[in-house]
Amino acid sequence: MSIKWKDYECENLYDELINSRGNPRQPAKRLATYLSKLGVDELNKRRQLADATVQDMGVSFTVYTDEGNIDRAWPFDIIPRIIPAKEWNQIALGLKQRLRALNLFINDIYHEQAIIKDGIVPSYLIENSKNFRPECVGVKPAFGVWAHICGSDLVRDGDGKMYVLEDNLRVPSGVSYMLENRAITKRVLPEVFGRENVLPVDDYPSRLFDMLAALSPRKVKQPEIVVLTPGIYNSAYFEHAFLAQQMGAELVEGSDLLVDSDDCVYMRTIRGRERVDVIYRRIDDMFIDPEVFDKDSLLGVPGLMRAWKKGNVALANAPGAGVADDKVIYAYVPKIIEYYLDEKPLIPNVPTYLCENEDDRNYVIEHIAELVVKPANESGGYGMLVGPHSTKKDQDKFVKLIKENPRNYIAQPTLALSTAPTLVGSDNPEPRHLDLRPFILQSKDLYVTTGGLTRVAMVKGSLVVNSSQGGGSKDTWIVDSEGA
Amino acid sequence: MLSRVAERLYWAARYLERAENTARLISVYDNLLYDLPKDLLDISWFNLIDLNSAAETYNRRYKVQNERNVVKFLVVDDDNLSSITSAINAVRENLRTTRDVIPPAAWEQVNELNIYVTKHAKDGLRRALRHEFLTEIIERSQALNGLLTGTLIRDEAWQFLKLGRNIERADMTTRILDAGAAVLENNKIFKTSNPAQLIWGNVLRSQGAYMSYRRAVKSTVRGSDVARFLLDEVLLPRSVAYCSDQIKQAATNLSQASGRKQPVKTDLPVYTIEEEDDLGADFRNYLNDLQLAIGDLHLQVCNNWFARD
Repeated sequence: MSIKWKDYECENLYDELINSRGNPRQPAKRLATYLSKLGVDELNKRRQLADATVQDMGVSFTVYTDEGNIDRAWPFDIIPRIIPAKEWNQIALGLKQRLRALNLFINDIYHEQAIIKDGIVPSYLIENSKNFRPECVGVKPAFGVWAHICGSDLVRDGDGKMYVLEDNLRVPSGVSYMLENRAITKRVLPEVFGRENVLPVDDYPSRLFDMLAALSPRKVKQPEIVVLTPGIYNSAYFEHAFLAQQMGAELVEGSDLLVDSDDCVYMRTIRGRERVDVIYRRIDDMFIDPEVFDKDSLLGVPGLMRAWKKGNVALANAPGAGVADDKVIYAYVPKIIEYYLDEKPLIPNVPTYLCENEDDRNYVIEHIAELVVKPANESGGYGMLVGPHSTKKDQDKFVKLIKENPRNYIAQPTLALSTAPTLVGSDNPEPRHLDLRPFILQSKDLYVTTGGLTRVAMVKGSLVVNSSQGGGSKDTWIVDSEGA
Repeated sequence: MLSRVAERLYWAARYLERAENTARLISVYDNLLYDLPKDLLDISWFNLIDLNSAAETYNRRYKVQNERNVVKFLVVDDDNLSSITSAINAVRENLRTTRDVIPPAAWEQVNELNIYVTKHAKDGLRRALRHEFLTEIIERSQALNGLLTGTLIRDEAWQFLKLGRNIERADMTTRILDAGAAVLENNKIFKTSNPAQLIWGNVLRSQGAYMSYRRAVKSTVRGSDVARFLLDEVLLPRSVAYCSDQIKQAATNLSQASGRKQPVKTDLPVYTIEEEDDLGADFRNYLNDLQLAIGDLHLQVCNNWFARD
């Protein structure tokens, strides 16, 4: 038995590897042939090897349930997703353009607010935003950059075109899975790597380190960089530990740090106190400093905001950066790019209806069965409605929610997310929907990961790819077939 | 190095050593007790609970003091923080929170160890599979120690691992000696005419020290010689003297590196053993004092490096 790509059912879908006639697309040809020659038994062996590798590496994330927290292995599909390098280079340019513009926007919002005065973005958006932090007004972070690490979600629609679905500017996660997925694929499908010109992803940790080091307020040769984690019960703890290890940075919890009377940040070590220069914080704004934000937070460090405002420590991402990852602001990003850069956006947005606007709201309520409705400030796929997959009861509930608090909801057309062949139970691959989260870094320079994390909805027909909602992931290959 | 990280590494090393030595401790009795009259078997197994100072926890969990319950308590019981499964899990949790300072391969190995224990812990309860299970625990713990020894840079992380390993090992060596002394004290009737030789031979084997003893001591297996060997032989890596030397080295190194002036006092009480009669109640009291002194060493380490000012 071997895979017959002709039997792969991907009509009416845009599949990343196989075209509608059942032929592998150009960059996937060798992979498809290789997989079909491998035979079902061997393929299953490789899958088992992948599962065992995931377990041994301790690749996991934590899921919160009523029965307590489960440390769960992250489902991994061994068939990689392939993007030609030529296409990727264009996307990377678009992502850099986007982050540059977003940072100019955030900096403007906490200073002159020129974009509001010029009437491009309405002021109520900022006044009502859950993620606008008045405490940050007037602060001048290095290079004028607030969002140093950005994870933007890309989706390909049925027309084959890539869109930005959202930008995550607070504490985006997933990059460690991108790196681990590559390590697993090298163990599981070593033969293909010899033949394909797959561009490497491994330099991310050193790029992250360089980006963070450039933020150090003390101009010293070896600035002290730490990763601040909420601790082992956080769903992304694995990633925090992984990145600290890969960068050779200390992994700290709030209780390891203190702010002294000189408004500098120190960590408690076996030598006593040591000064900290840069904090890559993986704790949400609201919990980083109980003196300023959530008073009951035990995760943060009292006085951290004081130290940051005085320029004695760098925080990445800066507090308040989330003002630009609001899903309502998202709708304005094309205008934001044009306003600050005087350039046309290189990657389009998904058309977005703002329920705040009466016309849009009426349209959304009328067409709720066709649309995806999202709360403006949630992440992780919680609290959203996928119209075509919902019941009348769900729809009525959302209509009510929208009417009660229109500002809090946006809607987008349900995209026919692209698919890729995925091994789920049966011997033959089946198409499953996926997205892509590349990571973009900015301080002194800009950097985009080679590809990113491909997340895949393991359930047939499902469009929800989030790890917390039962999604899995795949390795992402940027293949340079011309350079090979 | 963060104090918290130092503390977790220290505990990771202690729990790893505890799991391994618990496996060694059970294996002494596993070999030994079949040579006892049947009606004394269960009482003797309960020695293992007593000498681990765990009677209170045990009695809260079990009514009957028999082999089945004792082994269950020592191998799989989650309420017993020193059971093999609890200890291995504690190793994993401590290393999970210090992954930034240990080699990735060590992290993979501790995961594999944890997966093995989770899958096979029940084997430890069955006589037919017990030996293989205990051997596997010992070998895998040694493999992890070997990996760290062979790859880890000798910085503070290494010194804290070394401290934890040797403090726990010294403590467990005293308990294994106590296990031997206890059997001898409690059981006057054996199937064999020379029970002492049998018991002390097993104590040596459980510590992987039988061959070394034979070559170093060049005499038959005698309790007084065995006890002296496991306590005082500075060349034997599981002896109390050797561990104490390692503790002293690590503590001195850390005091210098961390600029903390408080020297760790590593002197341990001594006891003279000349003949077999010296292994009675006084000997067991001495072992108890030794354990208290080791406990004091632990407190010194905590106060010196783990305190949060």
